[in-house]
Amino acid sequence: MITRRDFIKYSLQGIAVVSSASAAIEIINPSKLFASKNEKKVRWGFLVDTKKCVGCGLCVKACKKENEIPYDANVSRTWVERYVLLKDGRVVADAPKAARDGFITNKVELGHGKFEDVKKEDIEKAYFVPKLCNQCENPPCVQVCPVGATYQTEDGVVLVDRKWCIGCGYCIMACPYGVRFFHPSYGTAEKCNFCYHRITKGMKSACVEACPFGARQIGNINDPNDVVGKIIRSERVDILKDEFGTKPQVYYLGLSKEVR
Amino acid sequence: MKSHIWRPLYVVIGIVALILIARQFIVPKEFGVHERGYMYGWHNKADETFWKEFKVKYKSSEYCKDCHSDNYSSIKKTPHAIIQCENCHGPAIDHPENPAKLEINRSREQCLRCHLYLPYEQSDRSKIRGIDPEKHNAGIECAACHNPHNPNAGHKGHKHSHAEVK
Repeated sequence: MITRRDFIKYSLQGIAVVSSASAAIEIINPSKLFASKNEKKVRWGFLVDTKKCVGCGLCVKACKKENEIPYDANVSRTWVERYVLLKDGRVVADAPKAARDGFITNKVELGHGKFEDVKKEDIEKAYFVPKLCNQCENPPCVQVCPVGATYQTEDGVVLVDRKWCIGCGYCIMACPYGVRFFHPSYGTAEKCNFCYHRITKGMKSACVEACPFGARQIGNINDPNDVVGKIIRSERVDILKDEFGTKPQVYYLGLSKEVR
Repeated sequence: MKSHIWRPLYVVIGIVALILIARQFIVPKEFGVHERGYMYGWHNKADETFWKEFKVKYKSSEYCKDCHSDNYSSIKKTPHAIIQCENCHGPAIDHPENPAKLEINRSREQCLRCHLYLPYEQSDRSKIRGIDPEKHNAGIECAACHNPHNPNAGHKGHKHSHAEVK
């Protein structure tokens, strides 16, 4: 006959043995530990050197043709912005036709059919800034998708499933960088994906390939020998709209505070 | 319990069952939570294959090198070596099968992408030799005088060097 005291004693011992054993398994799971130690996952990152960009727009042209974005539609997966700071303190900026044809005039487009003919002597500073999808580590566009049509791959690229997208446009509103738009032919959300079909084959993105000046670079930033990863780790790089907490993976050299 | 309570309940159960059965057929097998977890990785895995197999159109100058070795090697000796063939000739796609002939973009606008002078000191644009297209032989194709494959050769039919031209 088991006494009440013994029953409580044995059951407490039993619980202690079982829980400590299972806790030990949880703590030292050799296969898990091995996997995390040897983690060499690919993470695509992008580097834009704004000082090298001359605003030729060959990247935009290549992107549109490579990714089958209707050439004359006023939408693009990537674009180049021109910022002109005038001596009177004003900032004028434009990206005519996403800079598909480059910047082949002094006149800065102000919108509503208005242009400003900027004189050389009025310029305080002026430069070009290429823009594309930041492939954020915390992509707000993916969080808001109600149907699971946009998602992040293991290597950090955010893709859109054209078959599954219902065209609600939540993701277009959610992106703080305004990189998403509706594809004129499919009516589904569209965005830059670092040319996923190229980078997964060992090629460079079409815009990177097209840039004659090396202003755009792409690489696996988790690879310790990667050129882009090295620059991001060792040089003074900046990201866009840090305050949104999206952790963008497009890094900029020579960014200025006027850039939005 | 009375049947007027049970009957609508059966209808609701029937609708739910129907939705669950239909879901089995409509939702792809590979749809689910993948590497990036529920928040970022809830998707159809098969769509990744769609994007990976998207058609490559720009093949880079290395693709042109073997057949057009003359043009490839000559442009490599000039400042235009940094420009990919496809930037002026269009995407190679499966050339020479498809398309059989590539474009030759000789437009002034193509050259002006870099060679319209813009006084932007903070950008390398101001360091490229540029023109004012309204003053510099307006209306004439740049290629009429300048060879884009050998821009340093000076003017065709002229003796003076390029450096004299402003």
